[in-house]
Amino acid sequence: MGVAVAIDRVEKRFASLQALAGVSLQIGEGEFFGLLGPNGAGKTTLISCLAGLSRADAGTLTVLGHDVVRDYRAARRLLGVVPQELVFDPFFSVRETLRIQSGYFGIRNNDDWIDEILANLDLDAKADTNMRRLSGGMKRRVLVAQALVHKPPVIVLDEPTAGVDVELRQGLWQFVRRLNRDGHTVILTTHYLEEAESLCGRIAMLKQGRVVALDSTSNLLARFAGQTVTLRLAPPAVLPQQLATRATIADGDWTFHLAGAREIEPLLAELRQAGCVIEELRLTQTDLEDVFLRVMHNATGGRSSD
Amino acid sequence: MTGFRTLLYKEVLRFWKVSFQTIAAPVLTALLYLLIFAHVLEAHVQVHGVAYTAFLIPGLVMMSALQNAFANSSSSLIQSKVTGSVVFVLLPPISYGEFFLAYVVAAMLRGLMVGSGVLLVTVWFAMPAVQAPLWILAFVLLGGAIMGALGMIAGIWADKFDQLAGFQNFLIMPLTMLSGVFYSIHSLPDFWQQVSHFNPVFYMIDGFRYGFFGVSDVPPEISLAVVGTSFALVSAATLLLLRSGYKLRS
Repeated sequence: MGVAVAIDRVEKRFASLQALAGVSLQIGEGEFFGLLGPNGAGKTTLISCLAGLSRADAGTLTVLGHDVVRDYRAARRLLGVVPQELVFDPFFSVRETLRIQSGYFGIRNNDDWIDEILANLDLDAKADTNMRRLSGGMKRRVLVAQALVHKPPVIVLDEPTAGVDVELRQGLWQFVRRLNRDGHTVILTTHYLEEAESLCGRIAMLKQGRVVALDSTSNLLARFAGQTVTLRLAPPAVLPQQLATRATIADGDWTFHLAGAREIEPLLAELRQAGCVIEELRLTQTDLEDVFLRVMHNATGGRSSD
Repeated sequence: MTGFRTLLYKEVLRFWKVSFQTIAAPVLTALLYLLIFAHVLEAHVQVHGVAYTAFLIPGLVMMSALQNAFANSSSSLIQSKVTGSVVFVLLPPISYGEFFLAYVVAAMLRGLMVGSGVLLVTVWFAMPAVQAPLWILAFVLLGGAIMGALGMIAGIWADKFDQLAGFQNFLIMPLTMLSGVFYSIHSLPDFWQQVSHFNPVFYMIDGFRYGFFGVSDVPPEISLAVVGTSFALVSAATLLLLRSGYKLRS
C-alpha cells in the first residue's frame, strides 16, 4: 500500500495562535481516515495547508508523493476537497458550476461523469437550477460534487454532514463508501463521532495543533475497551474511600471504567461488603466518544478538556 | 490552458449574465454626460480644431472602458472573497499566471464591450473621424489591461466592499475624470497641466484620441511608452501579489 498523504512536522501560526505545532501523519492509499478534535484543534488548518489554501510555516505535505508547494499543480489535481463553509457562486446553475469546476482541472466534455455524480447525490432534478435557489442541504451536495469532478484519488471531506438531514447523510455516506471501495482515499473530519467510528479505519485525534492519538479505530477502542458501570447508591450509604478513588462522580452517579466484564463481579462484591445498597445500575460499552473524551482529557495532563 | 480558458469563460459569463448592470448602465451614464456637456458647450468650444461633441466622444468611450475594466476584476474578486466562493479557483491547479491573464482579459473584454456600446450610442451625435485605428486599438487594450490588473490589486487588498469603493471613488474616479476626457489639458493653467502629466490615465485618453483625430496634447509615441511602462509595472506588482498568496492563501 502506497502513501496517499504524508504530513511531516507541519507548523502553522496565525498571529499569537499556534494552530499547528508540528503535526506528522501518514495516510495510506485506499484508507478511510478520520481527523477528529475539538473546535480550534487545527483540523481545518491542516486541511487548508494540504489543499494549498494556507501555507505551512514549516514542514512538508505531499499528496501521492507530490509536494503541495513545489509541485502544487500535480498535488491539487490528485486532491478533491469539500470545504467546511457552505459556499457557492450565485451566478450559475448546478450544471454550469460543475462544468466550470471541471474546466479548472483541465477537463472538457465531462458531462457523463457529471451526470453520474448528480444521480448519485440525488441532484439530477436540480441540474439546471440556479445555485441561489437550492436549500442548504442541496448546496452541500453540490460542494461534494464539485470536489469530485476530476475523479481525485484523494478526497478530503471537512465536516460534510454539518446541517445535513439524516436521509441525505445516509445517502452521502453510501456514496463515499463506494468511492472508498473503488480505491479512493478518503479523509474525513467530523463532529459526529459515531460516524467516524462506523466509517473510518484509522483515526488521528488533534488537540491544540498536536496529534494526541493516532491508531486504527479498533485499537483505539480496544485501548480504552471494556465496560463502563454507572451506579447510584441508596442513601444513606457512602462509597468507601478505596472505591471512590477509582471512580468519578457526576450528579450523584458514580462511574467506573472497567477493563472487561469479569471485573464487574468483584466490584459488586466490594460494594456489598461495604454495606452499600445499589439503587440504580447501568452498563455501557466503550464507544469512540469515551475514547475521544479520555484522550482529550489525558492530553491536557489531567485537566478536564474544554 | 483549459484552466485559463475556463476561468476566462467564467469571468465573462459572470458579467454577461448581469449585462444590464455591467454594460447597459455605464453606456447610459456616458450618454447622459454627452447630452449634457454637448448641449452646454457645443456652440462655444472647439478643441484642436475639432467640434466639442466630436472631441468628447472618444474621451467618454475610453473613460467608460477604463472604469469598467477596473470594476470587473475588482468586484469579481471581492465578491468571491466575501462569499467564500474564491476557494473554487484556489483549489484547482491554476497557475498564478493563468489566474492573472484570465481576470485581466475578462476585464479588457468588458471594457471593450462598454466602450463599443458608448461609441455606438454617441456616434449619432457627431461622428469622430478615425485617422489611425491601430493607435485606438493599442490604447484601449493596454488601458483596459492596466485597469484590469489594478482592479485585481484592489480586489485582493480590500476585505470589505467599502474599502473597494474607497479605492474606486478616491483613486480611479479622480484619475479618469481629471485625465482630459472633457477638455484638452492645454486649456488648463500651467500648474495643472504639469500635474496632469503625472496621471497615467491622461496618456491613455490622449493616445486613444490621437487615433481618431490625428492630433493630441502629447505625441502618441510618448503616450504609448508611458502606458506600456505603466502596464509592465502594474502587471509585475499584481503577479508578485498573486505569487505571494497575499490575502488569498493565508
